[in-house]
Amino acid sequence: MLSPASRSRTSRLREAPAVLSLIVPALAGLVSFVVVPFVLAAVWLSVHRVSLSNPDQPKKFMGLEYYRRLLDPSIAGSIAEKFYGALLNNLTFAVVVVIVQTACATALAVAVNRPGRFTTFFRGLFFLPVVFPMALVAVIWQLIFSPDSRGLLNAVFGAASGGHMAAQNWLQDPKLAMLSIIMLSMWQGVGFQMVIILAGLQGVPRELYEAAEIDRAGAWSQFRHVTLPGLRNTLIFVVMMTTVLALRLFDQVQILTPNNQDTRTVMSLNFEQRQSVGQAAAISVVFFVLTLAVTVVQRFALREEREIS
Amino acid sequence: MSTSVAPPLRRPRSRVRPPSRSRVRLRRAALGRAALVLVALGYAAPLVYFVLGSFKRDEDVIDGLRGFLPVDLTFDNYIQLVTTTLNSESSGYLWRFFLTSFTVTGIVVGGGLVVNSMVAYALARLEWKGRDAVLMGVLALAIIPFEAIAIPLYYMLHDNPHKIIIQALPFIANSFSIYLFYSFFVGLPKAIDEAARIDGAGPWRIFVLIIVPMSKPVYATVAILTFLTTWGQYLWPLLVVPPDQNGAQPLPTALGYFTGVNPTQLLGQRLAFGVLMVAPIVVVYLFFQRWFIASVATSGLKG
Repeated sequence: MLSPASRSRTSRLREAPAVLSLIVPALAGLVSFVVVPFVLAAVWLSVHRVSLSNPDQPKKFMGLEYYRRLLDPSIAGSIAEKFYGALLNNLTFAVVVVIVQTACATALAVAVNRPGRFTTFFRGLFFLPVVFPMALVAVIWQLIFSPDSRGLLNAVFGAASGGHMAAQNWLQDPKLAMLSIIMLSMWQGVGFQMVIILAGLQGVPRELYEAAEIDRAGAWSQFRHVTLPGLRNTLIFVVMMTTVLALRLFDQVQILTPNNQDTRTVMSLNFEQRQSVGQAAAISVVFFVLTLAVTVVQRFALREEREIS
Repeated sequence: MSTSVAPPLRRPRSRVRPPSRSRVRLRRAALGRAALVLVALGYAAPLVYFVLGSFKRDEDVIDGLRGFLPVDLTFDNYIQLVTTTLNSESSGYLWRFFLTSFTVTGIVVGGGLVVNSMVAYALARLEWKGRDAVLMGVLALAIIPFEAIAIPLYYMLHDNPHKIIIQALPFIANSFSIYLFYSFFVGLPKAIDEAARIDGAGPWRIFVLIIVPMSKPVYATVAILTFLTTWGQYLWPLLVVPPDQNGAQPLPTALGYFTGVNPTQLLGQRLAFGVLMVAPIVVVYLFFQRWFIASVATSGLKG
């Protein structure tokens, strides 16, 4: 600060009540509803036997038992099989969505990255499902996935294949259930990614395109050598954000295929175990560690790029 | 790239000459446009099916490709939904679901704008002891997703009888909102509040009379993002509001009435419910589309 130390000190003292009144409401909220539950789960709930269905049961100290039951399949009362299955489902979802949805979103962003009514309309359309609550998206798609040949998706595939494709039971068939969840999630989420990539496209210098134009580079070559490198940071961010979102997958799975091992995710397992709070809290802690790992990888990937450029 | 579709002015002199570069380009652009229209049609198909279905009888909702045709439309679903299906103590009242969602969303958005911008202002523009530590702490909290604390929070609040309050209260203070406000406030020129300070204005006066009026865009961004996440929230009400407490059920969990109790009936009515549920958002969205899109883009520009 430019002002002399003594002045700034007195004004600081004078401002202390104002500062306090400005920061206390939000900080009190963050401490009570983020810090306290987080610490509570990590240091107390996950190492004690706490049951909501049986609240009078003494809250016995369990040590790391709940973490062992979560991670070691050979232990009595273990839910490790469910947990690893869920983790695999999250991973499948993440891999498919990160690759396919990010590719689609990039293509859409490039396609609508022009001024004009035409592209504004399409931008608005692709973004529309983003404002839909996921619960509603799930309910709409539940009807689209109707299993007999009169179900909409079956009818579309039937017509497209000239009647060769048999009707599928999209949500109950073990091979198709996860794919169905992925389909509706991408339908809802692609507009979100598209908008972020669109913002990234504004950061690609125009001169590079002009230079490419002079070099008579074709559309594909421009995309490959100008657009993609310019989007590097945005794409890293989108991929990491989508991975975290994939880890959090819950609403649509809970509504469309509850208690189903083919689509169970870490969060659905967490929800299923909610009455056994100790076990559920251990899942919460492990869930946080997984999220943190993805975030740390993202920070490193972005930092490296900054150092190079 | 040109967006004009007019034919090139100079025709190639001979027929055997390969088509000129600009012509290939125009053809490509037209092809690209046709592809975009096709993709958009496929993308819009579920939306069309959804809205049309809300005006159809149950047996017509699941009827193959006829789901896309606007035939045999009726208002019965909407009428029955309001007058019969969701109009009793056992099923819950449609207006109550709306009231709950509006109340919870109103508290979270309104309260959030106030308290998060207050702390962000103190962090960005006032000098005080411990400021940097608080800032680091707030930013660190943004890493914790709600899902990681849902269970301990559920344990803390599950027997609290004020179901509306506990749906809203945990979400008012939000570290990501604070971050968005902070980034905006830090960017405002320092000279503004220096001048006001010399005139004897205190921090509160400067905040309310100068900073807030200058910061409408960030308030709009945070309001939109908070509104979208709160209006659609599912996991938290599913945890804390018991299924039989219809008076405190927000719209997303209220939809469970159709999928849980009556999985194969009331198909048209559940779509009608869905239309009513998104109508307020879509209306606001159509008017402020640019703001919505800009807000979401902002949310992605962190890191």
